[in-house]
Amino acid sequence: MPFIPHTEDDVRSMLDSIGADSINDLFDEIPEELKISALNHVPTGCTEMEISRLMSEHATRDNQGRCFLGAGAYEHHIPAAIWEITTRGEFYSAYTPYQAEASQGTLQLIYEYQSMMTQLMAMDVSNASLYDGASGLAEAILMAVRANRKSKSRRILIPKTVNPIYRQVSDTIIKNQGITLKELDFDATTGTISASSLPDEPGDIAALVIPMPNFFGSLEDVDTLTDWAHQHGALVIAVVNPTAMALLTPPGEWGSGDNAGADIVCGEGQPLGIPLSSGGPYFGFMCCKQQYVRQMPGRIVGRTVDLEGKPGFTLTLQAREQHIRRSKATSNICTNQGLMVTAATIYMALLGGEGLQQVARTAHQQTRQLHERLVALDGVDAIFNQAFFHETVVRFEKIDVDSVLSGLAERGILGGYSLKSTYPALGEALLICATETRTDADLNDYVSALEQVLTDKRH
Amino acid sequence: MSDIPANLKYTESHEWVELRDDGSARIGITDHAQELLGDMVFIELPEEGDILDAGDECAVVESVKAASDVYAPISGEVIAVNENLADNPDLINKDAYDEGWLFVLKPSQAEELDELLDADTYGAKTTEDDH
Repeated sequence: MPFIPHTEDDVRSMLDSIGADSINDLFDEIPEELKISALNHVPTGCTEMEISRLMSEHATRDNQGRCFLGAGAYEHHIPAAIWEITTRGEFYSAYTPYQAEASQGTLQLIYEYQSMMTQLMAMDVSNASLYDGASGLAEAILMAVRANRKSKSRRILIPKTVNPIYRQVSDTIIKNQGITLKELDFDATTGTISASSLPDEPGDIAALVIPMPNFFGSLEDVDTLTDWAHQHGALVIAVVNPTAMALLTPPGEWGSGDNAGADIVCGEGQPLGIPLSSGGPYFGFMCCKQQYVRQMPGRIVGRTVDLEGKPGFTLTLQAREQHIRRSKATSNICTNQGLMVTAATIYMALLGGEGLQQVARTAHQQTRQLHERLVALDGVDAIFNQAFFHETVVRFEKIDVDSVLSGLAERGILGGYSLKSTYPALGEALLICATETRTDADLNDYVSALEQVLTDKRH
Repeated sequence: MSDIPANLKYTESHEWVELRDDGSARIGITDHAQELLGDMVFIELPEEGDILDAGDECAVVESVKAASDVYAPISGEVIAVNENLADNPDLINKDAYDEGWLFVLKPSQAEELDELLDADTYGAKTTEDDH
């Protein structure tokens, strides 16, 4: 039974009053070739029992082995209190309630989230979140093109050290809006954008994207890149890992001079208390300088006073949004990832600045240790001589990376992310990550499993 | 009844144009427009040096009630913008025809000036709108 409240008579009388013969007539404007008559890949419905069984079967395919895989989503310890509180009835909702008169608790929580994000990023303002890191970057690019009013080119410089999926998603979202992404090569010795990768005469560019850490885990020279972009009239879009920001200089402090700091910051919020869950739901975050706030997409919660002078919270700057600005809104996204943000806010509140710093430091130490031990093995090399956060790249001399990964999987280890398809020039390269959840014993197991794999394949 | 000075020219979209002795044209929104929109909270202005065609969306006035586009009444180059509006958007509410000006154009198509409305014609249009 379809959940549609209108009877056939209701539909008929509505169609009659607007002078249409059928509901399909309402879609006449859409060219024939864009219409889909059947969804061939979508199966017919299942019963609850069938779907529970199917999902349990799928679930067993996850959590196989200890995870040394990052590449954009990271396994962190999530204290039990976080989801215990997040799933309380007061917070747990299919849709974020935004009505100020009924939702002060939720609105205050989002306000606290925004406050924490601006502190972590050293930025002026934060929105209430976006869908995920990749679409967050696309939104940041669209925002930069609007906000950089001196630039007319709609050209964005984006390093190849930005997560390839983020680049692909951004391209999909912006390509029909007359915006071009110009990719920048990275330095083969550092795995980062060096001064020599930057064009001498870049011409008119709207923004430069700076990843920190970048997809290889390496630390970019953010101060030089920020100053270079600002000298050339470009805005700086920072794509950062929020955990790393507990240790590294936050984007609001990048570069020098009056103009210092990234102009827009975005990224994936998953590391802040969201389980890996086979890839989602996650959330994207976005912050910016105060002067660009009216170009920011998404919802923003502000603090105000009510008629009696008591403090309260409400959505603010709504003239940016679709219900007021229609087609000229800053985005077609007019909601946020409420539940994920609830978890992230509680995660940040429970850990505090010090706790988050401890997570970041331990993850860095474990990855550094793993890296040192792996490259000490015969036939495993370091590729880049650059400082990294909690991810880095190793290369195998005599064996292909896919058979390393399958060999490790047989020994209960998710060994990392093969860079072969996205960065073939790097050879048999593997992106490895050890967060604070990987113990010294886990590292030992990884090293001995890899030794076995290398020995097996040699014979 | 809103104020419609006789020395200015007008558009149907509620902009006013003041032709000045040096050949430039100062532009703003009418008293009638500010009354309809209510208290201004933010004004987005064009950049000096922008080249506008008549009818281009070139500014946004945001009030507590709505955000509205401002259209260039005539073609030309933007040679000045009212920086005071950044901190005091309510200048438009207080003094739409002087302190609340938006920007100054150097007109590039003299004949477009003849197409603008005079005060009486604009006044008649706004009265029609009110009914």
